[in-house]
Amino acid sequence: MTDPTPLIDVTEARLHYRVGSAVSAMMGRPAVVKAVDGVSFTLNRGESVGLLGESGCGKTSMGRLLVKLEQATGGSVRFDGEEIATLSGPALRRFRARSQMIFQNPFDAVNPRYSIAKSMAEPLANAGIPKAEWRERIIAALDLVRLSNPAQYLDRYPHQLSGGQLQRVVMARALILQPDFVVADEPVSMLDVSVRAGVLNVFRDVRDRLGLTAIYISHDLALVRYVCERTIVMYLGRVMEDGRTEDIVHRPLHPYSQALVAAVPVPNADQSHAPLPIGRGAPDPRNPPSGCVFRDRCPKAHARCAAESPKLHRVEGRGVACHLFDT
Amino acid sequence: MTEPLLSVQNLSIAYRVGARDILAVSGASFDVPRGSIVGVVGESGCGKTTMARAVTRVIADNARISGGQMLFDGQDLAALSERAMNDLRWRDIAFVPQSAMNSLDPVYRVEYQLHEVLRGRGGLSKAAAQARAVELFEMVGIEASRLRDFPHQFSGGMRQRVAIALALALNPRLIVADEPVTALDVIVQRQILDQLRELQHKLGVSVILVTHDISVVAYICDRTVVMYAGQVVEDAQTGPLLTHPLHPYTMGLKNAFPDLQSAGSGILTPIAGAPPDLANPPTGCRFAARCPFAQDRCRQTPPVAQEPVPGHRVACHRADEAPALRALAARQETWGEMA
Repeated sequence: MTDPTPLIDVTEARLHYRVGSAVSAMMGRPAVVKAVDGVSFTLNRGESVGLLGESGCGKTSMGRLLVKLEQATGGSVRFDGEEIATLSGPALRRFRARSQMIFQNPFDAVNPRYSIAKSMAEPLANAGIPKAEWRERIIAALDLVRLSNPAQYLDRYPHQLSGGQLQRVVMARALILQPDFVVADEPVSMLDVSVRAGVLNVFRDVRDRLGLTAIYISHDLALVRYVCERTIVMYLGRVMEDGRTEDIVHRPLHPYSQALVAAVPVPNADQSHAPLPIGRGAPDPRNPPSGCVFRDRCPKAHARCAAESPKLHRVEGRGVACHLFDT
Repeated sequence: MTEPLLSVQNLSIAYRVGARDILAVSGASFDVPRGSIVGVVGESGCGKTTMARAVTRVIADNARISGGQMLFDGQDLAALSERAMNDLRWRDIAFVPQSAMNSLDPVYRVEYQLHEVLRGRGGLSKAAAQARAVELFEMVGIEASRLRDFPHQFSGGMRQRVAIALALALNPRLIVADEPVTALDVIVQRQILDQLRELQHKLGVSVILVTHDISVVAYICDRTVVMYAGQVVEDAQTGPLLTHPLHPYTMGLKNAFPDLQSAGSGILTPIAGAPPDLANPPTGCRFAARCPFAQDRCRQTPPVAQEPVPGHRVACHRADEAPALRALAARQETWGEMA
């Protein structure tokens, strides 16, 4: 039986950081970075969505909001019908067990002085699982991520494992409490190409077997395409496009998505290298342009783009935040 | 065929670790033809950065060139005195590092750092240096007004452009770039690569581009050198290397890499295992332990580099069976279960 209500329901979520010196704040000029600025989407149970964008687009902030590693400064994030901002006590503990994050650098994600068994036991202890069950559950989790002969890893330390093995351990730890929802933040970007594929395959396989709902954060469209059927493209804290990954790869609608797709290097030395349909320069999160945040790099920007921030329009079965599609 | 600009022959580089030498690069050979971009690819620890840095002779204190030659326009860089080598740096051979933030001094304006090279190294007058600095910034697509900025005022992509401008300052004949776009986002990465190619066309400079990213190599490099565990395993024009690889490692790398052109749900296949410990390299082929096609001879004797197709070199005992191996390598079960 599938439950028709979405597992995650995000409405106008905001995460604004105050930055800059205390002095400028006292002078009444506090600088604010709008890492996430009015993002809305829903995630159905068992759905995998890629959050795609360049550094500084807010994709990692968004991911951290969803697992409540950051507190939203506005809007709402609902998990299984409950607003997560107000969770506390046992309800918060339950939420923590049901939602997990897999971090980018596995060597930062585990304590180098802890054996693998000790690192893996931490979530079990936090969740109040009886000690007698620990060993069995740890081995089962390591087996789930296809580490062969899992018992051999228990007494090893992180430095004795390769990056690919350790990232599987980190994945196993995230899965050990059998969560419903996982946020994976660029989980293979620190790994060598020849082992990446193994970790990605395990991720896909485990997700399908456990029916996980997942967010996969990446700047790499080819990787997102390998893992997720749906992609949300972000730029300066906002959603630019939200739709089926294949549609975005083959027919991106938002001018920013078009530039992202065009930027992926194509392995064909003979093909002509047309200039990218995007202006030079980098987005400045402290000082985004008025109206549409992408307009200063957009080849199709017109007067309205400066005046008015575009809404997410429904076009060809997806959402596109661009005035060109306001019909 | 003209003589290549750089011909690396049988190069070995040893790191002193404790009381013993570890060969980070052993017996590597490849050429950099004039006016071409040559990619050096491989996984971390394969020796690609060590080898590229050796060309500039800027290597770690505990490293030394323990054998071989690097013929730059006929002159052996490995045998040059430090002083003679120093004369070549910037003027003939320039370096672009992975993280430009580390190569730019944060307390000086970038203008000052350009002048340092132009006047100190190139002997230009102050006025000439200023004119050249403006020209260089235009060349790499930065407004000349930003010459007065400090490094922290530039974004990552801009800093990388500044590093390229610095490298181009004295019209070198060879640029060695170590992962020049790895830290950058796709769009900026693409813009920098296009810039590099454009400059290479316009100025005729040759480039050695070190990267772990096959898509970067495919996009921009004329030739590609594949390294594994300190050795060159394959070296060819990029097109044939990717479409008709002769070495099983190259075949495996291709399977492990997602791209946007493939039909979609194609399964990526990892190469099981890990590279060998260079302190204790295996007797035979270094890839044998991970190679699905390894035979007894592979584990016993190291393969000798051969050139079965003109301009395409490979070090594999079974190179003559490459077409059959390629067909097998394209199948996932060849590489075993998702290891």
